[in-house]
Amino acid sequence: MTDLSSLPPYPHRHLLGIRDLSPFDIELLLDRADAAVSISRQSEKKTSTLRGRTQINLFYEASTRTQSSFELAGKRLGADVMNMSVASSSVKKGETLIDTAMTLNAMRPDILIIRHQSAGAAALLAQKVGCSVVNAGDGAHEHPTQALLDALTIRRAKGRIAHLTVAICGDILHSRVARSNILLLNALGARVKVVAPSTLLPSGIAQMGVEVTQSMAEGLKDADVVMMLRLQRERMAGAFVPSVREYFRYYGLDAEKLKAAKPDALVMHPGPMNRGVEIASEIADGPQSVIQEQVEMGVAVRMAVMEALLDPRRNRDGHNA
Amino acid sequence: MSITVFQRARIVDPSRGIDETGTVIVDGKKIVAAGADALNQGIPGGAAVIDCVGKAIIPGLIDGRVFIGEPGGEHRETIASASIAAAAGGVTSVVMMPDTDPVIDNVALVEFVLRTAKDTASVNVFPAAAITKGLDGHEMTEFGLLREAGAVAFTDGRHTIASSMVMRRALTYARDFDAVIAHETQDADLASSGVMNEGLYASWLGLSGIPREAESIPLERDLALARLTRGNYHAAKISTAMAAGAVARAKADGAKVTAGVSINSLSLNENDVGEYRTFFRLAPPLRAEEDRIAMIGALKDGTIDVIVSSHDPQDVDTKRLPFADAAVGAIGLETLLAVALRLHHNDEVPLLRIIEALSTAPAKLFGLPGGTLKPGALADLALVDLGEPWLVREADIRSRSKNTCFEGARLQGKVLKTLVGGRTVFSA
Repeated sequence: MTDLSSLPPYPHRHLLGIRDLSPFDIELLLDRADAAVSISRQSEKKTSTLRGRTQINLFYEASTRTQSSFELAGKRLGADVMNMSVASSSVKKGETLIDTAMTLNAMRPDILIIRHQSAGAAALLAQKVGCSVVNAGDGAHEHPTQALLDALTIRRAKGRIAHLTVAICGDILHSRVARSNILLLNALGARVKVVAPSTLLPSGIAQMGVEVTQSMAEGLKDADVVMMLRLQRERMAGAFVPSVREYFRYYGLDAEKLKAAKPDALVMHPGPMNRGVEIASEIADGPQSVIQEQVEMGVAVRMAVMEALLDPRRNRDGHNA
Repeated sequence: MSITVFQRARIVDPSRGIDETGTVIVDGKKIVAAGADALNQGIPGGAAVIDCVGKAIIPGLIDGRVFIGEPGGEHRETIASASIAAAAGGVTSVVMMPDTDPVIDNVALVEFVLRTAKDTASVNVFPAAAITKGLDGHEMTEFGLLREAGAVAFTDGRHTIASSMVMRRALTYARDFDAVIAHETQDADLASSGVMNEGLYASWLGLSGIPREAESIPLERDLALARLTRGNYHAAKISTAMAAGAVARAKADGAKVTAGVSINSLSLNENDVGEYRTFFRLAPPLRAEEDRIAMIGALKDGTIDVIVSSHDPQDVDTKRLPFADAAVGAIGLETLLAVALRLHHNDEVPLLRIIEALSTAPAKLFGLPGGTLKPGALADLALVDLGEPWLVREADIRSRSKNTCFEGARLQGKVLKTLVGGRTVFSA
């Protein structure tokens, strides 16, 4: 196991997006996450790194997997974790994000994890509270821990990120996962391709540091990694694509389409999957799939992020300092 | 009546094409002399004399698009508070939008506004009435009666009329009363959930974009209907090169069409949104730099007739939200002139043209008094130091709402005195 004290301290107070990170920051977090993987694989999984620290999960959008991943990460580091259930809280009674933030802030947490349906919500929260903030997904903006866990999964399987070809396929337009991944993969020197019907591509995509194609065969050619994105149900029937059937025909990952990629290409998906919509079951459960590893890496990355943000060596200016 | 002599001022009067050093004499409510020819006229006995060397006198600004919270949203802005802000900005007349609660769509409401303005406002307040009842885009309001009561124009304010038939009838019927139909155009379907200009910048921020076509599609429809009906159509707040082109073509065809631009579209662009700064969430959205440049070109060549502040006071609580959830609009009465003068200081638009678009042109467009320094006219004017720098500070804002896009901005051009009908309503 890596001795964390040998790693340089992490220079940021919050994790709001991959955009704010240098390649060095990213590698540092991945190194820390590697160490966290070994902790999770021990029978004794609890450490005392964050003992006495308070972590609040503030999830405005339901997300079983991300929320439990953050919860478990906090608990494995020894933090006290509180889940704010937004559905039954005063938020439902019309309290604004800022007021909720101020209230939680008064309870003096050390770290706030926020998931919100609006882009920029995490940044807004970070301006108003005295503790560290981790963006667990804000609208279609960013989902940095997802990109980090994807990178960790790739790095552990392929040994590097630089010079790999990664194809990101599906609903790029609405995807914060795609944005964070495009930023991270570019920062670490990968070649990024995106494959999607034109109705699911954001304006200006060609200037986002990616190669764009509408063909899976072309997009997956020479790919070392194939990342599939979830297509939200409300976008399937006529709004952005005509039908599930047509979408799967052209963009669903099946054995035939996967043949275009390198034989040892990794298949990834941030979950939850729509089997038979963006990915065939045989692929999701097949030998190239690392979807379960992604979940495992998720806990490790979140441990690494929280540990880095709360590193006592960092000169913190918040009221918890 | 008292006489005031403004001596040796730079007189900028677009109504007469004058930019010269001269003297302005105000007697009671009226201007009795304004120009170089008044320099040696001699000073009437008992007159107050103000030495204006290095200062300019311009017609008071006429702001053709001002949203006020009264009635219904007095916590945001009242007619009185808006008029104080206007006076400080050298604005002597405002055209008030009907987006109030209740909506200004009947005679009683027009009378309410005029009465409240008479009792509480220091500048002229001219109500614009709704085109459709309740701003719902369906039934026409009583154009004739509203016009008689004092409505100076018809507009559905922030709303775009979706029905081509309603728009056709409104343009046709308004013609009978020589009334202007002023319209902000945004296709609701195409703009959908959009909150800022569509493009790379919005894509990275993860915000839904509003394409330029959302503005120009209903605008092109309106322009076609203006050609068809020969009605008076005013494109109230255009923001794109595409829209400017459409207006220019309609004008060339001889349609009775005019256009306005928000000061924000002349001075800011989408990059000002920065990291989700909600004060920059505007309608129309701030566009790309190319569009801003195109707006300046269109102002210069006369495609755009008037500049408006689009003053839209919003409570801070509705702005301290994630960008997509925040209220739309920014205040602008107090900064309108100084921000517009940037175009003068940067040598982008001639001074006379800028002042024309802020005073003479809107007076003509809405048939209002003012917009001139001609002897015999009402003394609605502003004394301005065109070059004086100042810093916009939230604490100094007079408007009841503080949602300015120019907090911390260094502007050049300070209003020293504002006169409405000869009465000093602001003095720095």
